[in-house]
Amino acid sequence: MASPDAAPPELATATAFRAVLTRDLTLAFRHRGDMANPLIFFVMVATLVPLGVTPESGQLALLAPGMIWVMALLASLLSAETLFLADHRDGSLEQLALSPQPLWLLVLAKIIVHWLVTGLPLTLLSPLLGVMLSLPQAGFGPLVVSLLLGTAALSMIGAIGAALTVAIPRGGLLLSLIVMPLYMPVLIFGASAVQLAVDGISPSGALAILGALLAFSCLISPFATAGALRVSLHG
Amino acid sequence: MSAPPILECRDIAFERDYTPIFSGLSFTLWRGQILQVKGANGSGKTTLLRILATSLTASQGSMFWHGNDLEGHRQEYRFDMLYLGHQPGVKAALTPRENLAWLRPLHPKAGHDTNQALAAVGLAGMEDVPCHTLSAGQLRRVALARLYLSDASLWILDEPFTAIDRDGVGKLEILLQDHAQRGGAVVITTHQHPQLDNLCELDMVRYGVS
Repeated sequence: MASPDAAPPELATATAFRAVLTRDLTLAFRHRGDMANPLIFFVMVATLVPLGVTPESGQLALLAPGMIWVMALLASLLSAETLFLADHRDGSLEQLALSPQPLWLLVLAKIIVHWLVTGLPLTLLSPLLGVMLSLPQAGFGPLVVSLLLGTAALSMIGAIGAALTVAIPRGGLLLSLIVMPLYMPVLIFGASAVQLAVDGISPSGALAILGALLAFSCLISPFATAGALRVSLHG
Repeated sequence: MSAPPILECRDIAFERDYTPIFSGLSFTLWRGQILQVKGANGSGKTTLLRILATSLTASQGSMFWHGNDLEGHRQEYRFDMLYLGHQPGVKAALTPRENLAWLRPLHPKAGHDTNQALAAVGLAGMEDVPCHTLSAGQLRRVALARLYLSDASLWILDEPFTAIDRDGVGKLEILLQDHAQRGGAVVITTHQHPQLDNLCELDMVRYGVS
């Protein structure tokens, strides 16, 4: 019962990928409040640090690289939990999993959108936070580049944890426990790239490792996430 | 020699957390047949349908699709099967047209005319209204519109008549009937009494454990 105008399989797969991408972007813009949540958290903490610790710019400058990176990591963790939750509730996750299209590709589309609506805005906001925490001039460039690479890796890693915990009621805590250790290398090399630049040393080594971490997580995460989703759905 | 049945289940059993739900379930579904799975609430109808849809795996037994063991032909089977569950994946924040726009490409063989499909389920004029403003029955109709776009030969429908008015039920019966006559097959659960020819019944009571 094949229809005469059926697209060839590769084309159909690309169409499905695009359809999920468009859908998630549309949903993100319809739920702008949810999208703003991690960003507000990000800015709020940056506002509170000078009030709670010290407004003295010399000491803030010492804290800034690590502080901004920790906040970015927590903001990303905060948003990872919601990655598959709504889809699981309304049955669309099941429809994605039952599609003959490769699940890892559809999952990749979802992760890309997740990064576009959380990691990318965080990165774009980070220079503002640098100013608020008196980050030395030399740190701004590496901060943006390291966050650009790092938040993408965080989205990739977070997706695996989100997929594993999607069917568990109040899986948020478990998600943090699973994902935290995997986030560590990203945090270490991200923050040290900024710190190195502030100290006048070239940050390219740390940035290269961040890039490698991103490449590695891109390679593993879609497959791991798809596998984890199937395990979660079968439960 | 006649063609093998679309779907054959042999001695299927399922247990959840070591509690048996049903066991020893076997049936054969031929082209042109509509199978109604019957049973009380909690007898495992939805579970059985999710197993048939490959969303769950049976604890025991095997399934054959066109005579081939499903284990090695999952991908081809999914091409040829459409499953609509209790939660059919309709996004409340999207319009009916946008919902079909993402659901349709999941099945590469699906047709293209979304407008026609939405008109067929009585949603003409509501194509671009957000789904959260629609009623429960209209939401259900959005999901059912996929049947008009589907080219799959096996439809697995969990409670498709829920929240649908009498007029809609009549149309849906005609659609299922047509599908069966074209050589497709349907598995449904419902507590209603659909007016369908070629309807065979599977009563979960016979396979229940308790």
